Amino acid sequence: MMMAPRQEYWRWAEGSWADPDRHWKDARVVTLGIDVGSVSSEAVVCLDGELYAFSTVRTAAGSVESAENAMKGVFERTGLRFDDIHYVVGTGYGRVNLPFAHKAITEIACHGRGANYMGGPSVRTILDMGGQDCKAIRVDERGKVTNFLMNDKCAAGTGRGMEVIADLLEVPIEELGPRSFDIDEEPAAVSDVCVVFAKSEAMARLKDGWSKNKVIAAYCRAMAERVAALLQRVGVEPEFFITGGISKNIGVVRRIEEIIGVKALPTPYDTQIAGALGAALFAHALYLKARGKPQAA
Amino acid sequence: MIAHYGYQDAEGEFFITIDTDRCGRCDGKPCVAACPRGVFTVEEDPYGDTVVAVDDRRRKRLRYECAGCKPAGDRPSLPCVRACPWGAMTHSW
Ligand code: SF4
Ligand code: SF4
Repeated sequence: MMMAPRQEYWRWAEGSWADPDRHWKDARVVTLGIDVGSVSSEAVVCLDGELYAFSTVRTAAGSVESAENAMKGVFERTGLRFDDIHYVVGTGYGRVNLPFAHKAITEIACHGRGANYMGGPSVRTILDMGGQDCKAIRVDERGKVTNFLMNDKCAAGTGRGMEVIADLLEVPIEELGPRSFDIDEEPAAVSDVCVVFAKSEAMARLKDGWSKNKVIAAYCRAMAERVAALLQRVGVEPEFFITGGISKNIGVVRRIEEIIGVKALPTPYDTQIAGALGAALFAHALYLKARGKPQAA
Repeated sequence: MIAHYGYQDAEGEFFITIDTDRCGRCDGKPCVAACPRGVFTVEEDPYGDTVVAVDDRRRKRLRYECAGCKPAGDRPSLPCVRACPWGAMTHSW
C-alpha cells in the first residue's frame, strides 16, 4: 500500500526577490552577503550599498552547498553571475567554511548592521530569533554593536523550538501566531520551554482537554518570557527591532512587547535576511576601503 | 562593546561578560594565560580591535569548564577575574 507523504507542518516557504526598478548593470559596486545559518541560508545582493535582491533557502548538509543554493536563487532571479560581484562577505555559523568569501564576519556584527539598515539609525535594541539561536544586541546609530548576548545552547526561544510545536500539534508554522490569540483566556506559560519537555507537557495539556490554540498560546508565552529575560540582560532601549524567522510569529512578538513594555518597529522588509544584508553592507564598505575610498566598516 | 558569552538553560544563566573596549588597550591580555581551562581566545573584532572572547567550543559548557574554580561553599576569587587589571570581566553565576 502506498503511504501518503507525511505533511511537514514546520516547513516555511523558500523564495527570492529582486527590486524591479533597478538593474545591477547600472551599479558601480555589486556586493554579496551570505548567511549560512543552522536552519536557513540567505544570499543578499547590494548595489552601491543599497538592498537589491535576496534569496532564502533551507540549509543543506554542508555550508558550501547551502551558500551555493542561496546564491543560485539570487542569481537566477537577477541574471547576475559570480564574476559580476565585487566583494563577498560570509556570516552565520558556517561562515568560516566559505572558500569564495573575501572575509568572514560574525553574525552579531552583521545583524547589527542589517537591522540598522532595515529599521533605520534610531534602532538601539535588536532581538534576533533564528533557527537555533537567539541574540539580543544593542547598537549605536551606525549599527555598530555596543552590547550583545547570544544563546545557542537551548532550542527554546528559537525557530527550532517552534517547529517542534508546529509538528507536534500538526498546525502549519505560519498559523501558530494568529491561532495563539484565538483563545478565551491567556494561559500560564508552559513550565518548561526545553523542547524535549515542552513536547511532553504540551501532550499532557491536550490530554487534559486544552485546545490546540491554548497550548500554542502557553508555548508562545513561555518563549516570550525566556527571550525577554535575555533582552533584559543587555537592557532594552527604544527603538526596538526584531529580526529572524520568529519575527513573523505575532504570537511570540506581541507577548514579548507586552512583557518588556516596548513595541517593535514595523518594517516592510523580510527580516530573515538581516544577517546576510549586514554582510553585503560590510562587503560594500570593505570593497571601498580596499579601493582607497574608506567608509565606516 | 559589552559581550556576554554563555547560555541560559533550565539550570540557570551562565554568562561571562567582557567589556571588550578595555581589552583593546590591555597589554599581554593576562586573563588568557590565567585560565587553566583555555576558555579565552584573542581575536580581532569586526571593527578592527584586538579583544578577548570566549572560545566557541567552550561557550555552551561554561558551567562545567569553570566548575573547578567555583567550589561550593567559600569561593576564592576567580583566576581570570583576578588577572584582569581593568576590571573588564564578570561572571553571572
Ligand atoms: S585581562 Fe581584562 S582587559 Fe585584559 S584582555 Fe582580559 S578581559 Fe580584557
Ligand atoms: S573561572 Fe576558571 S575556568 Fe572559568 S574562565 Fe575563569 S579561570 Fe577559566
